[in-house]
Amino acid sequence: MLGISIQQIGFIFQGAGWTLVLSLMGFVGGGLVGLPLALARARGGRALRLITGAYVQLVQGVPLPVIMFLCYFGISIAGYDLPSLVAAGLAMTAYASAFLGEVWKGCIQAVPKTQWEAAESLALSPLQRVVHVILPQAVRIAVAPTVGFLVQIVKNSSYAVVIGFFDLTYSARVVNNSTFEPFVVFTLAAVLYFAMCYPLSVLSYRLEKRLSRR
Amino acid sequence: MDPIVQFKDVRKSYGDVQILKGVNFSVAPGQVVALIGRSGSGKTTALRCINGLETIQGGELTVCGRAMHSARVDLLDLRQEVGIVFQSYNLFPHLTVLQNITLAPRKVKGMPARQAEALGLQVLEKVGLQERAHYYPEQLSGGQQQRAAIARSLAMEPKLMLFDEVTSALDPELTGEVLRVIEGLAADGMTMVLVTHEMAFARSVADQILFMHQGVVWESGDGSLLAQPKTPELQQFVSSGL
Repeated sequence: MLGISIQQIGFIFQGAGWTLVLSLMGFVGGGLVGLPLALARARGGRALRLITGAYVQLVQGVPLPVIMFLCYFGISIAGYDLPSLVAAGLAMTAYASAFLGEVWKGCIQAVPKTQWEAAESLALSPLQRVVHVILPQAVRIAVAPTVGFLVQIVKNSSYAVVIGFFDLTYSARVVNNSTFEPFVVFTLAAVLYFAMCYPLSVLSYRLEKRLSRR
Repeated sequence: MDPIVQFKDVRKSYGDVQILKGVNFSVAPGQVVALIGRSGSGKTTALRCINGLETIQGGELTVCGRAMHSARVDLLDLRQEVGIVFQSYNLFPHLTVLQNITLAPRKVKGMPARQAEALGLQVLEKVGLQERAHYYPEQLSGGQQQRAAIARSLAMEPKLMLFDEVTSALDPELTGEVLRVIEGLAADGMTMVLVTHEMAFARSVADQILFMHQGVVWESGDGSLLAQPKTPELQQFVSSGL
């Protein structure tokens, strides 16, 4: 069928599965690092803001494939032999945390200062102020851009191909090398990427509408 | 009885601008003190020093037995005893009125949810908003929001309440409903410090009126102060109709 076999299509789907795994790693890792980063950037002391700001500038100033190389080869130079999944996961975490940190910093700062004061005046501890007053409001602002950024994570995970990570792009390339049906193979890859990203876009739009009502 | 609040030569600057230039006054338990004066006279800053939203740079300030000028003052502990109501209400928009009120009793004092809700409804009744318990702030009028904010402070059962121009953002017709709530608190014996532009209200509710001018308490007295101002500055302030 169309010059490629069922097995080859299955192979491409397998790659798509690993794209999902890597994207999830990037999002979870990026979120776990990005949230404290955002808080430090928005509310930290001078030194903390400086250090975290440098991290964000550094990561945003380096192309993602280069970060992939750095994670993959840099860590093996240090004497650890990492599977490319771990290296790619680390690179995606760095990339996503820098972007999410910046986006979420803006969302936290968009909550009026008077809300911090009101929470503080009610004797809430610093952590309670963040958890019960600031974050619930910041989340509302953050949902749409965050889910929108998920689309970027899914698409940019394809750069993991540079360190030989088996994902959708990689598997499509392998199949193309043996079938010489680039149009069919990469159209299938495109459709699969779209199938992952489109629901995220729709979700982002719906969440934005639902949360803006309250 | 020891005063609840005591300012002794309190000083405060923002950069080069000195806002408080040696403020002296004290508030006895049960007293209602009104701070009046022009914008920039330092009255709001003085009020915010009382619950530690602003730190002082000179002099001594004692609030509920705590030295606010000491670096070791426990602000969280102090704020359980000092409530503040702001000009712009500052209710939490993502919570209902009742949730706004029960948040601090539950999280700070560890009160069980059911008990906190009972307390919430009780303070809402006091401000006449019981039937609005499950509304979100944006569904209320300005006057209702401000009364909800007062109820939120009351739920912490403070020894001292601070009011920072709480009616300045309200229409004249909504101002009355908020002022009546404050009068009710005064009648209950609540100790209060209020920054206000409502002169008639200050005269009727306050035991002590402090006229602030250029960062100091320029003139002070009881309700009759406004009828017989001694200094030309207060005379001018009163006659300007503010």
